[in-house]
Formats: sequence, structure tokens, C-alpha cells
Amino acid sequence: MDEITKELLSKTSDLHEIPQGAYNIRKDGQLLSRNTTDAIQIISKADKDGIDIIIAPNTKNQSVHIPVVITQGGLTDLVYNDFYIGENSDVLIVAGCGIHNNSDQDSSHNGIHTFHIGKNAKVKYVEKHIGLGDNIGEKNLNPTTEILMENNSYFEMETIQLGGVNYADRNTNATLKANATLIINEKILTTGQQEAMTNFNVELIGDDSKVEVTSRSVAKNQSFQEFNSNIIGKAKCFGHVECDGILSDNAVINSTPKISAQNINAMLVHEAAIGKISEDQIIKLMTLGLTQEEAEKHIISGFLS
Amino acid sequence: MLELHNINYSVQENGVEKHILKSISLTINDNQNVVITGQNGSGKSTLAKIIMGIIKPTSGKIIFNGEDITNLSITERAQKGIAFGFQQPVTFKGLKVKDLLKIILRQKLDCNECCTYLSKVGLCAKDYLERPLDNKLSGGELKRIEIATVLARKAQLNIFDEPEAGIDLWSFDNLVNIFQQEQTTNIIISHQHKIIAIADMVVLLNNSQIDKIGTPDEIIQFINTTKQCAKLGGTN
Repeated sequence: MDEITKELLSKTSDLHEIPQGAYNIRKDGQLLSRNTTDAIQIISKADKDGIDIIIAPNTKNQSVHIPVVITQGGLTDLVYNDFYIGENSDVLIVAGCGIHNNSDQDSSHNGIHTFHIGKNAKVKYVEKHIGLGDNIGEKNLNPTTEILMENNSYFEMETIQLGGVNYADRNTNATLKANATLIINEKILTTGQQEAMTNFNVELIGDDSKVEVTSRSVAKNQSFQEFNSNIIGKAKCFGHVECDGILSDNAVINSTPKISAQNINAMLVHEAAIGKISEDQIIKLMTLGLTQEEAEKHIISGFLS
Repeated sequence: MLELHNINYSVQENGVEKHILKSISLTINDNQNVVITGQNGSGKSTLAKIIMGIIKPTSGKIIFNGEDITNLSITERAQKGIAFGFQQPVTFKGLKVKDLLKIILRQKLDCNECCTYLSKVGLCAKDYLERPLDNKLSGGELKRIEIATVLARKAQLNIFDEPEAGIDLWSFDNLVNIFQQEQTTNIIISHQHKIIAIADMVVLLNNSQIDKIGTPDEIIQFINTTKQCAKLGGTN
């Protein structure tokens, strides 16, 4: 494995060596390496690019890594990955994507992930995105995540983009049946002329279903971010969206958290706050001996931690 | 330790100059507990912020350990050994109690050391180090953490702006003990008789000026005999 691939795998999936258990590493639109286990099958799709990840019922404390790396300029990678999580399972899924593009041609990865979460299943899903390379070729990432949650299932999604991505259009759609819980934590940093769009659409159709969306974003320089969320409560349910943004320089953040209660017992809340770093926070850290620049760095890294 | 020479601070309000502090001169010696008290709006918090460098005085001079620090930044004053406890503790999204302690200690966290500072304010390090410094903590918890961060700095001069505000009775008695036990110089902005009582020196501000400097007994007697409306039980 070359050094660039190693670096991308380390930064997107915290992988410093070939992982234990099931994995599927995709590089420049091709399969690089795969391992399956008795409980976790990974099968290439016959009709299009992508894989089916089938996790047997009652699979506990196992992980699946499906990182994607792109090291070429001028490559557009479109991949369909379908996850079938068996009932009563408890698994970790790590699916980072890193692009290293040092060419003058744009490269992009469009990952369409669909999760079918079985009854009583619990999934933690981590998705880190990063772009590297200094030439004019753009690094664009457009993930789509569909989450279909059966009764009493739990899905926790951590989605992180901390720099280097020129353009991202992130779409996450979820449907929750009775007593299902969805937790989403999003962290985005944009700099330069970068643009990042985020759309969350969640339908709570089962009684006692619950969603919590927390988005924290930092936009610097001339960058632009747009956050849209639409939480629809069609049952006795709870939904909470919290969107916080820190701005600096000439950056712009638009935020539209929409909630729609379509049942008398739906309880939906949204909070959104955008602004520069609070002066009180900077002063507090300066009284501890930090310079203004050091204070701002600590505040931002804590905010995105 | 600290000398204030003729400190003045005024602001423009609707085109009219409003004096917040007038001709404040004061000398504070090493290891003294100095309480600054006075009516609401008398300028106590402003004076504390001027010493820390958060507010720049209109005129006057501040000498710390023989050095003129009037034009030094907050950071430089902190690095020279001045610590500040805010009346309203600042909250952060994402930063945890342990992150602040890491910044202060500038090294890998030593759990025993953290435990020492947090237990002084009645908190258990095990329960609090991982807690974010946000509004999920109660006002009393935030205030106690604020005081712990000041103590952790081991500064030569601690400034506390109304440290008693928002904390319960049990913590209050502990707080008084802290001021008595710490081998350092404390400037405490307070209205509380129990805190005034342990002071080596009390500075009474009235109408933006120093009205009287004395021992706790002298100041209490002065307030009573001059029948000043010094409502020491209020908050600023």
C-alpha cells in the first residue's frame, strides 16, 4: 500500500494497518482489498458499482470498515452501498472517504449508502471526509445516507468533514418506526472558497421514536455553508435539532431548521445559533494566559471535537 | 504587590461623559485578603476588570510587582501572575472542565492535582472532568468550577468578582475557608459580611470613588455611623 493511501486511510478511518474483522477498501473506483467474516458478508453488486454488507442477526461487538480513497485527478466515483443489519446486532461501521488530488482535474466521490436497521439492532456509524492536494483540481464529496429503522432500533451517526473538501452536498434521509432512536452529530469546517451543503430529512412514523440532530460548523475565509433540516413528527415522538455555527472573515452560513408536527403527541424542538466566537470566551481563555489566537484555536477545536 | 495610581475610567453616554471610576489610588501588599465593597453601580467590577486588563482605564497607572502593567494585554498580565474569577462564568460548547485545566496546567492532566482543586470547591474530579462547560451545568456548579480554575493557576494575585453569587450555603463556608487558607494575594469583590470579616483590608467604593479604606470593623462602623445606603446584601 502506498504512502498516500496509508495517509488517507489513517485520516478518514483511523486505520494504520489492515483492520481486524470485515472490511472493504475501495481505491480509485476499484476494489483494493476485502475481508468477510462468518457474521458479516460483503458482496459486490451485479448491476452497478457498490456492495451489499449483510450483518447476521445477533452479531455483537464487531466492526466493518469500508473506506474509500481516491488518489487520481479527473475521477468521478459513484458507488451504491447497502447495509442490512440483522436483528439484535450491535456493530460499528466506519466509512470514511479521502481524496488526494494533486492534478488540475476535479475528482469526486458520490457514496449512496442505504441502511436497513433490523429490530432491536444498534449501530454506530462514523463517516469522515477529507481532501488533500494543493493543485487546482477540486476534491468534491457528495454522500447520501438513507436510514430505514425498524422497531426499537438505534442508529448513531457521526459525520465529520474537517477541511480540504471544495464542495460537499450531504443528504441524509431517515424513517423511524416505533421506539427507534436516531442520533446524528455533524461537524464541518470550511475554509477558502469551499462550499458545504447539508440536508437532513427525518420522518418519525412510530410511537416513541426519537431523533436528535446536532450540527456544529465553522466557516472561515470566503467559504459558504448551508444547513437544512426537516423533521416530521407523524406519531407520539420527540425530535430535537441543534445547529450552531461559528463564522469568521467573510464566510456565510445559512441555516433553516424546519419542524413539522403532524400528530398531537409529537414534540419537536429546534435551536439554531450562528455568529462569531464570543468575546467573553476569548477573554476567559486569555485570563488563563493564552493569546487571542491560541484562545480562538482552543474554542474552535473544542467546538468541533 | 499591586499599586493603583489615580485610576480614572469614563464612558460617553448620549454625548455626555459618565465617570465610572474617579481617582482610584490603592496599594495592596503581598498575601493580603483585600475586599472591595460598595453599593451596586459603585464601580467595583469595573475596577477588577481594569486590574486584569479587560477594561482599559481612561487614565492612571497600574504597577504589579514594581512593573508598570498599564498597557499590557490580558494575556501578558495572566502570564505575569494575575488570575481572574468571573462573576458570570463563561460557558463553552465543546470545551470540557478538563480542557480548561489542561490549558491552565500546560501539561498532561494529573488526576490527583485536578482532584485537589475541584475538591476545594466541593466537586469530585471523577464526576466533573469530562463534563462540558455548558448550560447543562447549574449556575452553582459553573461558579465553583470557575473558582477552581482560578485556584489551579496558582497565581500571585487572584481577583474574584462576587465569588459568592450563585453558590449554596455549604459551598459559601468552604469559600471563606479558601480565602483564609490560600497563601496568595486575593482581591475579592463582595457584599457579604462573612467575606468582609476575613479581610486584611476593606476598600469601600461610593459614587465611583474610594470612600474609605480600613479594617472590617472600621468599615462596618463607618457605614453604620455615616448611615450610608451601602446595601451590602445586593449583587452588582
